[in-house]
Amino acid sequence: MTDSSTSLQAAPYRSQSYPYYSSPAWKRFFLTREFAVVIALIIVAAVASMSIRKFSSPLTLGYLLLDVTPILLIALPMALILISAEIDLSVASIVGLSNVTLGALFDAGWPIELAALAALVLGIVCGAINGFLVTVVGLPSLAVTIGTLALFRGIAVGILGTRSVVNFPEYWTTLTTSVFGKSGIPYVMVLVVVLALAFVLLLHFTPFGRGIFAIGRNREVAAFSGVKVQRTKFILFVLSGLVAALAGIYFTFRYGSARGDNAQGLELTVIAAVLLGGVSIFGGKGALHGVLAGVLLIGTLQSALRFVNVTSDVINIIVGALLVASIVSPSLLTWLKGKITRAAKEGTSKTPARHA
Amino acid sequence: MTALISPARKNPAAQAIETLLKSRETGIVLALLLVLVATTVRSPAFLVSTDGFRDLLLTPAIFVLLAIGQAMVIITRNIDLSVGSVVGLTAYLTGRLFIDFPGMPIPVVIIAGIALGALLGLINGALIAYAKVPALVVTLGTLYIYRGVDVWWVGRKPINASDMPRDFLGFGVSSFLNIPTLAIIAALVLVAVGWCMKTTRGGRELYAIGSDPSAATLYGLRITKRVIHAFVACGALTGLAGVLFAARYGTVDSQAGTGFELISVAAAVVGGIAIFGGSGSVLGAAIGAVLLLTINRALPLLGVQDFWQQAVVGALILGAIALDRVLSLRQFHKLIEIRDNAND
Amino acid sequence: MIRLSSHSSTSTVGDVVLELSEVSKSFGAVRALRNGELTLRAGSIHALMGENGAGKSTIVKIIAGLYHRDAGSFTLDGTEVDFRSTAESKNAGIAVIYQEPTLFPDLSVTENIFMGRQPMKSWGRIDRAAMRKHAQELFSRLDVHIDPDRPAQGLSIADQQIIEVAKAMSLDAKVLVMDEPTAALSLAEVDRLFAIARALRDEGRALLFISHRFEEVYALCDTVTVMRDGEYISTDPIDETDVPSLVRKMVGRDVASLFPKEEATIGDVALEVRNLNSTGTFHDISFTVRAGEIVGLAGLVGAGRSEVARAIFGVDNYDSGHVSVYGESVPRKNTAAAMKLGVALVPEDRRQQGLILDFGVARNLTLSICRGLARFGLLSSKAENLAADGWAQRLQVKSHSLATAAGTLSGGNQQKIVLAKWLAAQPRILIVDEPTRGIDVGTKAEVHRMLSQLAGQGLAILMVSSELPEVLGMADRVLVMREGRITSEIPRAEATAETVMFAATHDRQQVLAATNVMEPTQ
Repeated sequence: MTDSSTSLQAAPYRSQSYPYYSSPAWKRFFLTREFAVVIALIIVAAVASMSIRKFSSPLTLGYLLLDVTPILLIALPMALILISAEIDLSVASIVGLSNVTLGALFDAGWPIELAALAALVLGIVCGAINGFLVTVVGLPSLAVTIGTLALFRGIAVGILGTRSVVNFPEYWTTLTTSVFGKSGIPYVMVLVVVLALAFVLLLHFTPFGRGIFAIGRNREVAAFSGVKVQRTKFILFVLSGLVAALAGIYFTFRYGSARGDNAQGLELTVIAAVLLGGVSIFGGKGALHGVLAGVLLIGTLQSALRFVNVTSDVINIIVGALLVASIVSPSLLTWLKGKITRAAKEGTSKTPARHA
Repeated sequence: MTALISPARKNPAAQAIETLLKSRETGIVLALLLVLVATTVRSPAFLVSTDGFRDLLLTPAIFVLLAIGQAMVIITRNIDLSVGSVVGLTAYLTGRLFIDFPGMPIPVVIIAGIALGALLGLINGALIAYAKVPALVVTLGTLYIYRGVDVWWVGRKPINASDMPRDFLGFGVSSFLNIPTLAIIAALVLVAVGWCMKTTRGGRELYAIGSDPSAATLYGLRITKRVIHAFVACGALTGLAGVLFAARYGTVDSQAGTGFELISVAAAVVGGIAIFGGSGSVLGAAIGAVLLLTINRALPLLGVQDFWQQAVVGALILGAIALDRVLSLRQFHKLIEIRDNAND
Repeated sequence: MIRLSSHSSTSTVGDVVLELSEVSKSFGAVRALRNGELTLRAGSIHALMGENGAGKSTIVKIIAGLYHRDAGSFTLDGTEVDFRSTAESKNAGIAVIYQEPTLFPDLSVTENIFMGRQPMKSWGRIDRAAMRKHAQELFSRLDVHIDPDRPAQGLSIADQQIIEVAKAMSLDAKVLVMDEPTAALSLAEVDRLFAIARALRDEGRALLFISHRFEEVYALCDTVTVMRDGEYISTDPIDETDVPSLVRKMVGRDVASLFPKEEATIGDVALEVRNLNSTGTFHDISFTVRAGEIVGLAGLVGAGRSEVARAIFGVDNYDSGHVSVYGESVPRKNTAAAMKLGVALVPEDRRQQGLILDFGVARNLTLSICRGLARFGLLSSKAENLAADGWAQRLQVKSHSLATAAGTLSGGNQQKIVLAKWLAAQPRILIVDEPTRGIDVGTKAEVHRMLSQLAGQGLAILMVSSELPEVLGMADRVLVMREGRITSEIPRAEATAETVMFAATHDRQQVLAATNVMEPTQ
């Protein structure tokens, strides 16, 4: 508390006077929730390839990646939305709507490229509707996206009814499922990697991303710090719609079909994977490497279990249990710790307190 | 600074009428009447025929139970996404009991279904209340787990109508004084739960917890216990709905009840339950369920292809929450204005 | 400073009702309370004083059953008690009025009063009629008119506080704890609260009154306990103390020259606010702040001062009016635009508005300037840390590292980070809202010196403050608000505790009639 006669308006100091971090780099990287998910992924993959014959083959890898691609894609914007303390339950319906739009327009004679573009635009519109209702009208995103989940899916089902469109151009369907030589890695992973990089930069290395974390931690502080809270959220919902529509186009070519009920329930898998990857449902916490690991963990588990003929129901149970365990375990640990320290204190304190 | 709002000095009857007109439930009832009238004009059999009238009350009965349970949970600022899976499990249990223990009395089966539902609700509630984690995530997890158990249990042996006693199936479509039994059950449950929510301490505390959880802590309300109660009640009602589902439809496969969580949340929201708790009534939620199901049945008759039903449901949810928002903003501004005027 | 209807304590002080002895409480590594001592007697109003962070609130929460003590004894009527929840302390006859009202916005006023202990009829039914009648009785006893059936949502803070009092009275408690109940009340309302407190005392109840205002403590209480840094310092009959000695005990040393105001040359009009209106919050607000000038914005809590500050900065919208900075108009509800024009706001509640408590020091410091730190739109931790380091150094923030969570630092250091965060944005107009609330005396002086220096360097400063000495010591001009309107503008020479408080509690006409204070510039 000495006299601070220095000019407050002067240029910043150049010498460092505080340690930048309170713990060494390895601790900051390895002792995290995200890294625990990465380790779990590695263990599952290792155990599966060692114990299941042919699991480590390029063919398996290819199918695994093809299967998780929609989830990988949608998980990126979903992570950002959850970090900003909102939620988007309508993504699977947007996937479905994009899928149906592409199919219906193609069926009506549109060139496939134009139909795909229309599907993307529609995805943006869907995202903008969510964003408008949440940011301008001021409704809770949980309620809004439960509504648009039904609305968008309803429109998708309404457009095609019980029909389905199947005869998509072979060029696109083959391209979507093609892999790089013998590696087993599908072409589409290029798209995934590019988008993932873009989202990593956006979330972790831009002022916009800082704003997302700030909004999720404390919206009021963010607003007081000049973060455009409503605009940021609006952009996130639009991004979510766009990426979901993209996933819808992928879905169409991957399975070569457009039906009203395609990708139904996918939103739950995506949210489960994102939460498993360490993003907090309360917002403000999370990192994309954890999210990607979370998606791959679920994908690998499903694929491996299917290999050993475990049915989808058991896989569901495992995914659900993982989700519950991942969210309950921190509270459980704190509770245990509290119990232990209290028990320790009990022994030492002069006036022991009664315990019910 | 003190708001000088004098307590209302109107006569009780006029006040009661005013309250009735202003209440959120009246709005949904009006919407319901509108749908009924419009559809009946186009196609009189919708309401006037015996079958039409029966279906009008019978179809929503199961969903009224789900909506009441969901409303209780949402009022505490929680949500239960696992109801669809719980319906699946309890419906299958019902059929299984009739197959494995032939001659088992129907009331025992009903109680078993309710008990299983309550147990599953207890698991949800205990995880949420003790670990203090969000209901959205926990019940999303149990949605998977319960459905997984259900699929595994059903395996390749779905329940068919022939597996269940004729009495039980008859009970599903029976009527008393021309009113379907299922509708009577739903109505009785509605009255009982509505009464509890309005006139008992427990009921009022559910509202208080949802309205402001931290204030509830300062008041010394037993939040953990109450939240668990709400989930157990929701589970029990869902279990009852599962039993009735088996009785009404006769077939139970591993996908029974899929997506019901969405309908129950939609019904509650349309019926005026605020998604962040604290306000709304189970009566509203019940009417919301009737409205949703009636619209579904009315659409084809109104010339809308039934593929569009879900879209209409979605639009209805959005309309309802937007309307609630507008109304609450207006109410808030009115209260502020009253305060300002009192100051000037 | 302000004369409240004084009242000598004539009633006889009775037996010990509640006693805390050697009570301690820690949160992780932080020891909030080391050695808590408190003895409440029947028929007595006991004051608990101390700076923020002295441990008063911890004591209140232990008494309320919200916290559980780590060690020490807590007796009620001579028997050891061990509350596990607020319900248990209530049942034992303890009522607590918290600093901030805690009501259920969706429920009716009556339900709010009786939640959890409603009068019952048979069949487990709540007796609504009895409950409503009881609420009305309480309100008539308190001499207020609040509709018992209206929802708590939208009530003014004062009305909410009254409902808290009604709640406490309905408990018929033998111990009543009031944690700064007067912060948001006008003088008349304070008087009414005090009358009720005295009536309760004369009924033989024990009251604990927590306040920062000496005049209130001297007007109401008969005994005073002082705490400092989580420790018990002293308990004395109020008649045997005086303000300087109490201050000395609270602060731990003499307080000299708190307000080192430097003379600064006053320049052009920097901030101009014209006819700002916002329904329900403030009306017809017009004033200017010049470069180099510190303008104080005084008034009671809830007068609308913070709301004006927020509207100028663009956090909140307003209905009509105009704000300009050096002649350039500031768009509405656009914080980023206001920042670009050189406006900065240090908000009143640093824990809720100023800092993200579990972000590190650096992240907090650079949140407002990270757009400027980005290269090609991308941020690097290095650039952030470098910038943060410079500012943390300049304001002498005490922290282990730049990654240390802001929430773990002391109040004074937290406030320095908020100040640094906004100084880093290089503002031309600095709005500070309660800049020294809840920070230690040393840091307080530092903040004052800093503000003074900044004004000397040509910054225009608008200072919202509830601390009269601070306003009087620092401001070149004092604007006073009451119930959303500016009632008076007082130049430094004429600003005294009396003139400011009079303007804060009377409307404009009364102020103009009573004094010859100059007209506010329109």
